[in-house]
Amino acid sequence: MNDMRKVERDVDAREVKISARDCQVWYGDNHAIKDVNVDIEEKTVTAFIGPSGCGKSTFLRCLNRMNDMIDNCRIEGTITLDGQDIYDPRVDPVQLRAKVGMVFQKPNPFPKSIYDNIAYGPRIHGLARGKAELDEIVEKSLRRGAIWDEVKDRLDAPGTGLSGGQQQRLCIARAIATQPEVLLMDEPCSALDPIATAQVEELIDELRKDYSVVIVTHSMQQAARVSHKTAFFHLGNLVEYGETGQIFTNPRDPRTESYITGRIG
Amino acid sequence: MADTDASRESGLLAPNAGPALRRRNRYQIRLQIIGMAAIGFALLMLVILVGSLIASGYKAFTQTHLTLDVFIDPAEIQVERLPRGGFDDVIETALLKKFPTVEGRAETRALTDILSNGAQFQLRDRIVENPSLIGQTIRVTVPVSDRFDQLNKGLVDRSTPEELRQVKDQAIAWFDQLKQSGAISKPLNWALLTNADSRFPELAGLKGALVGSFWALLVCFVISFPLGIGAAIYLEEFAPRNRFSDLIEVNINNLAAVPSVVFGLLALAVFLGWFGLPRSAPLVGGMTLALMTMPTIIIATRAALKSVPPSIRQAALGVGASKHQVVFGHVLPLAMPGILTGTIIGLAQALGETAPLLLIGMNAFITSAPGSPLDSATALPTQIFIWADSPERGFVSRTSAAILVLLTFLIAMNALAIYLRSKFERKW
Amino acid sequence: MSFIPVFVLILLWLALQGPVITAIVMNSLPDGALEGLDSGARQLIQAEISSIAAGNIFGTPEPWKMEAARQLVRLHDISVWALLAITLGLSGALVLFSRRRVSAEFRARHGVERIVSGLMIFCAVVAIFVTLGIIGSLLFETLKFFEKVPFTKFLFGINWEPQIPIREGQVAAAGAFGWVPVILGTMVITVVALVLAVPVGLMSAIYLNEFAPKWFRATAKPLLEILAGVPTVVYGFFAILVVAPVIRDFGQSLGLDVSPNTALAAGGVMGVMLIPFISSFADDALSAVPQALREGALGLGATRAEMMTTVLFPAAIPGIVGGVLLAVSRAIGETMIVVMAAGLMAKMTINPLESVTTVTVQIVTLLIGDTSFDNPKTLAAFALGMMLFIVTLVINVFALRIVRKYREAYD
Repeated sequence: MNDMRKVERDVDAREVKISARDCQVWYGDNHAIKDVNVDIEEKTVTAFIGPSGCGKSTFLRCLNRMNDMIDNCRIEGTITLDGQDIYDPRVDPVQLRAKVGMVFQKPNPFPKSIYDNIAYGPRIHGLARGKAELDEIVEKSLRRGAIWDEVKDRLDAPGTGLSGGQQQRLCIARAIATQPEVLLMDEPCSALDPIATAQVEELIDELRKDYSVVIVTHSMQQAARVSHKTAFFHLGNLVEYGETGQIFTNPRDPRTESYITGRIG
Repeated sequence: MADTDASRESGLLAPNAGPALRRRNRYQIRLQIIGMAAIGFALLMLVILVGSLIASGYKAFTQTHLTLDVFIDPAEIQVERLPRGGFDDVIETALLKKFPTVEGRAETRALTDILSNGAQFQLRDRIVENPSLIGQTIRVTVPVSDRFDQLNKGLVDRSTPEELRQVKDQAIAWFDQLKQSGAISKPLNWALLTNADSRFPELAGLKGALVGSFWALLVCFVISFPLGIGAAIYLEEFAPRNRFSDLIEVNINNLAAVPSVVFGLLALAVFLGWFGLPRSAPLVGGMTLALMTMPTIIIATRAALKSVPPSIRQAALGVGASKHQVVFGHVLPLAMPGILTGTIIGLAQALGETAPLLLIGMNAFITSAPGSPLDSATALPTQIFIWADSPERGFVSRTSAAILVLLTFLIAMNALAIYLRSKFERKW
Repeated sequence: MSFIPVFVLILLWLALQGPVITAIVMNSLPDGALEGLDSGARQLIQAEISSIAAGNIFGTPEPWKMEAARQLVRLHDISVWALLAITLGLSGALVLFSRRRVSAEFRARHGVERIVSGLMIFCAVVAIFVTLGIIGSLLFETLKFFEKVPFTKFLFGINWEPQIPIREGQVAAAGAFGWVPVILGTMVITVVALVLAVPVGLMSAIYLNEFAPKWFRATAKPLLEILAGVPTVVYGFFAILVVAPVIRDFGQSLGLDVSPNTALAAGGVMGVMLIPFISSFADDALSAVPQALREGALGLGATRAEMMTTVLFPAAIPGIVGGVLLAVSRAIGETMIVVMAAGLMAKMTINPLESVTTVTVQIVTLLIGDTSFDNPKTLAAFALGMMLFIVTLVINVFALRIVRKYREAYD
């Protein structure tokens, strides 16, 4: 824990962005998520940590209804975004996902040009009136994604031709271009080398000024480096949730302590 | 950019989502409807295909017969002259006896046209089998000719003007009279399976084609199965990765896509032209089909071998088995269900293959079933082709019926393959 | 396992005994009996002898025929007994051999394995021999054809009238072997087939791959496979029984002059045949697109339709193009549907309501009936076959390469 960087931590309570109450998830007969209650705050980086198979990714995917695609997946309880139940039948998941963007474990640029990758979201959501405005969004997103300087000369090159770290930042920029309010990141650095990881982490730190970022990671160092709040999942239960500093230095639950000190996981 | 997302600020509920989202959802519905329509069209075609075949073919599964009391006149038929004799005369006499008013050559001809040309031969076979019947009156049930079969099945429109009809009013009257007297029956048409081909639709059957297809498939199996498995095992388990094995591999993939008629040309030039094998023989047909089936079997066998997990191989190698012993003792038996499934599917394809058989002359007109793979024969699909080309109306429904028989075999073979696959399917 | 040779022997024996015995009998006929007879008359005598041997005696045959028949029966008996004896002997020997081999397994193994390896390599090489055989036989006959008809006349001639019997020497002058109208007809029918099959196949695949409920997919896919498994001769009959009359009636109701065997009917039915082919290829190609791309699009708030048309489908295009190319090659090489439903006369037209002919139709009609290998008619069929083989081979190699590259890209 020595390399833990001191992030300045705002302890004062911010507004709650996403709130889950008694959330349960089943895959067929498998009870994957049990009774999870959590409040995710605005303009905060929240990390979900835990051993693999603990349900942290599953829960993350509930937050923008990506689990809808899985046939035998059943979800109970309520999850609200700005007080609105996202599983309300009147809510269109398409609308939800425009507000709650997602970045995946493996960089997944579309087999299109870099420009078209970024412009994808704005185009389908009709965010730009005309080419000039779209260009502006693309540039802004790429700058926000900290990749503009690397790709500004080859916007027409295929996104799949970039290196792994560049691809992931491209995907983050692509998510930003849709102007989401929340960004979900599912182990965004697990496929990247340390240098690329550092760049992405820096970017995440940058992003929290405007967005709520929820990041799933299996690396505790990463959670400690980038997050303000940390939730520890174990066997489908949310064991402990609190300030990152507190979780890592003074865990209340013995399971958290064992995980942090390397006894489970 | 704050002004562009006025609609987004208003929350998540669909009613507030604005016209853009509604338009996008409509697009999705439209795409789904087009997709459903496309698949509906394909399935509709399947229904029409099978439906039209059944609608036109089911009538060929029965055959109109006429029952007559025939006096086996010793003046016409003698034991010592068998199997020759005036069988046509005695049977026609029996029919004429029912219509005493019929006189003159033309009328007699018209009346006896009701009988199938095959009726006399059925009577002959019966007498040859039991010559003691000579001099007695026996009751025989014989097929009627195609036109009257059509009439009885309602395929002749009686309201058509007489001069446009093959069956004249007088003949219809006679036939109706026979029908009223109970002499006409419509039993199941076993002749469709037990007779060989004939120029007369009411006598034509599929026996020759079935036997021909059987021989051809047997030859095909005997050649392609060992060759296919041998090649697949070599390529999958033993072949070094080099240009030679690449060449074979590319070759096999291409062979699988060569048009079937080209295989027919090959067979014609090589098997018939150079080797001088007999024309129209199921042996040659089988050899040709084997060349076409081999790539299918190779591809299926390789997939089956690939699906056997390496742990089995390593386990066997680990106890000191040689590579050959591992492959033939452990891997091959485990892959066998997959190989058999692929083979059956390959043979089913071969059973339906027509074009190459046409080129080697398996569309000959042959009225007896082949006794060996070297006799001239037809096969099921070529028989269908011959019948589809025949002008007699009775062959239309017989072609459909023959197709239904062929499809039954294909479905049975595929069902067997599916059964094998599901029974022995293993998740490693 | 060791009885397979015996089984093969029995089969071969049964297959070959008839011709061998017949040959012996025919050769042992008294001198002069077959003198001056052509092959047809010889076959008649042969048939008569067999029927005498089977007990069907008509009239009073010459004594030498009766003698030959008796010999035939005798040889058959000998053959059966010999087969029995050899089968038993061989089985015994095989059993003994395999016993010995088992006891001496340790040393025999290498030898046996070498033989088995050799056999397997032989099996694999057979595939190459088949290809060489195809190329060799086509080339041989085609070259003979081009001795009689100049290559340029064949390739650029716009007149194809091989049905007219032409005396030797006049062939080239008549110029009746120009394949342009034939290949044009092939293309017309292929285009008609693809115009139907590509959109329907692709839309079916899109629906099945993304939108169809599970149960529907589970039912519809096997049904489509049935459509794919129907033999082409059945499609051909379907075309003449149902489709052609419908098209004709419809055309007449519009006041159009529709020929009875239109390119539209043949091509349309061929299109139906190709629907499942294209659909399953496209379905596979769509399924090969990584799940990550689907999620990427959905995660950005795309609807499923947008995901399909803007991400999945474009990503799957190489695989789909490969499948469509294979379908083109199938359509060009398809034989039975066009033999039954398309025309025989070659016409320079691209009107799908007219009757056109195709390469495969010409091959089959030229070769049905008599086939002597010195007739330009017969040889023309091989020349057409050669062109067919080359065209489909090029398309196939190209398509298979695209498909393989595509699969590798997403592995």
